[in-house]
Amino acid sequence: MKTKHWRTLQRAYVILIMGFMYLPIGVMIAFSFNESKSRSNFTGFTLDWYKSLFSNDMILEALALSLLVAVISSIVATVLGTMAAIGINGMGKKSRLVIENISYIPVVNPEIITGVSLMLLFVGYNTGVTFLNGLGIPLPDSLFGLPTLLISHITFNLPYVIFNVSPKLRQLDGRIYEAALDLGCDHKQAFFKVVLPQLTPAILSAFLICITYSIDDFIISYFNCGTLQTLPIAIYSMTRKKVSPEINALSAIMFLVILTIILVGNARESRQYKRDQRRV
Amino acid sequence: MIKKKSLAAPYLVWMVIFMVVPLFIVIAYALTDKSGAFTLSNLTTIGRYSSVFARSLILAAEATLICLVLAFPLGYFLSRLRSSKQHTMLMLIMLPMWMNFLLRTYAWMSLLENNGLINKFLSVFGIGPFNMINTSGAVVLGMVYNYLPYMILPLYTAMTKIEDSVIEAAQDLGASTWGTLTRVLIPLSAPGIATGITMVFVPSVSTFIISRMLGGGSNLLIGDLIELQFLGNSYNFNLGSAMSLVLMVIVLLCMSFTNTFDEEGLEGGAM
Repeated sequence: MKTKHWRTLQRAYVILIMGFMYLPIGVMIAFSFNESKSRSNFTGFTLDWYKSLFSNDMILEALALSLLVAVISSIVATVLGTMAAIGINGMGKKSRLVIENISYIPVVNPEIITGVSLMLLFVGYNTGVTFLNGLGIPLPDSLFGLPTLLISHITFNLPYVIFNVSPKLRQLDGRIYEAALDLGCDHKQAFFKVVLPQLTPAILSAFLICITYSIDDFIISYFNCGTLQTLPIAIYSMTRKKVSPEINALSAIMFLVILTIILVGNARESRQYKRDQRRV
Repeated sequence: MIKKKSLAAPYLVWMVIFMVVPLFIVIAYALTDKSGAFTLSNLTTIGRYSSVFARSLILAAEATLICLVLAFPLGYFLSRLRSSKQHTMLMLIMLPMWMNFLLRTYAWMSLLENNGLINKFLSVFGIGPFNMINTSGAVVLGMVYNYLPYMILPLYTAMTKIEDSVIEAAQDLGASTWGTLTRVLIPLSAPGIATGITMVFVPSVSTFIISRMLGGGSNLLIGDLIELQFLGNSYNFNLGSAMSLVLMVIVLLCMSFTNTFDEEGLEGGAM
């Protein structure tokens, strides 16, 4: 009897917390279909906010910029990070520890400090460059804008690539590389034909993590975007205007996109799991 | 295996230029005045803002404590579910995390308004209206809502390693529910608690958007102060850097505190 009550209580508690997490999102999605601008009176159904969202140039441009920054910075971070992971793997314990600690800095540091410190570096560049230009070295006057966004996104994404690829490398049997060499591959072939394919899943998941972190980042971009607007920065400027139901529409769309990605990923994973089970 | 240490060189150079050097620039700015001469006046000026620092620490601590209290039972319940169910529940917990935190915080803005949905709902029962938005409570709520998953996940991970038999053994040996909780469950999940505390406290104490959106103008936090020095009206890089330096020290202290706690927990677990 006691256990039955206990179980009901457990379930109620889980539902309560889930309600707390999903209620605000649910309300937003519901009100994205609201005819009036009111955030508490539901007056009638409309899709107007979705229409105005898709004709909102500010949002569309911001989305395009976010995607551009995410793709470029993730590719660079993934390549540099994978190379680094391979390099670190061949190192001794001591130097590995030093590098690991450096990699932890952006993870551990509050984002606002990463953002501010990068901004100071770029401001320093702007003051230093006039001197270099005077010496006849042609460099851009200011980095603020796309270059600073890319640099900062690559910087905060790099460690995540290493954290993803390094464990996989350590699991890898070193002998397959040597076997490939014995069987007549040169170093390049052995790497690209034998080692890299085994790392591909880890590299791919690192790349996806970078993409999501990059699209989601607000704080670091906020200090390093110059006059450009990424999607989160555009959202921020929309929330400053207090009432704009377009945000609700945007949230609904983003929620749907995320849900689809997760469900598809999950379905693939469970299919993979079943296949592995069968093989066993 | 491949022994090409030089492959790590581009990464190292990148991290030194864009991660390590900028931190030293922050320190340099914090210890100089506008003309570049050494001074400690930035750090002493911070004393004027001690109330803001105190508020940040208190609100972040409140949010962390609330997250811990809410997440502990949830993490435990989840860790006792069948593994297929655990997977779905974890997905459900992580899903809101994927939404941009600005959107999530904006959702609460409209819920907490004076003529918002919560007050409207309460007025049906003849209660309220309450003034909820632009209070420190709203800021804590925003922190709890945004960072609760960061507490649930490490707690859950730590608790999946506790076997049912350990809890049953404690009960068989005469421990009360309270005894099982304080002498078995909490010590064994200490590493998760420590990680969770850091993962909630650090972003909470350094946030500047949640406080602005939900706290109005009267609930400035350290993050807001720093932002004002770099992009806002105050525009004083030196003072802003000094504040950043203090924030870094706070975060480091918090982490070293939870680290010792973590190690003690591990020792307890090894027993």
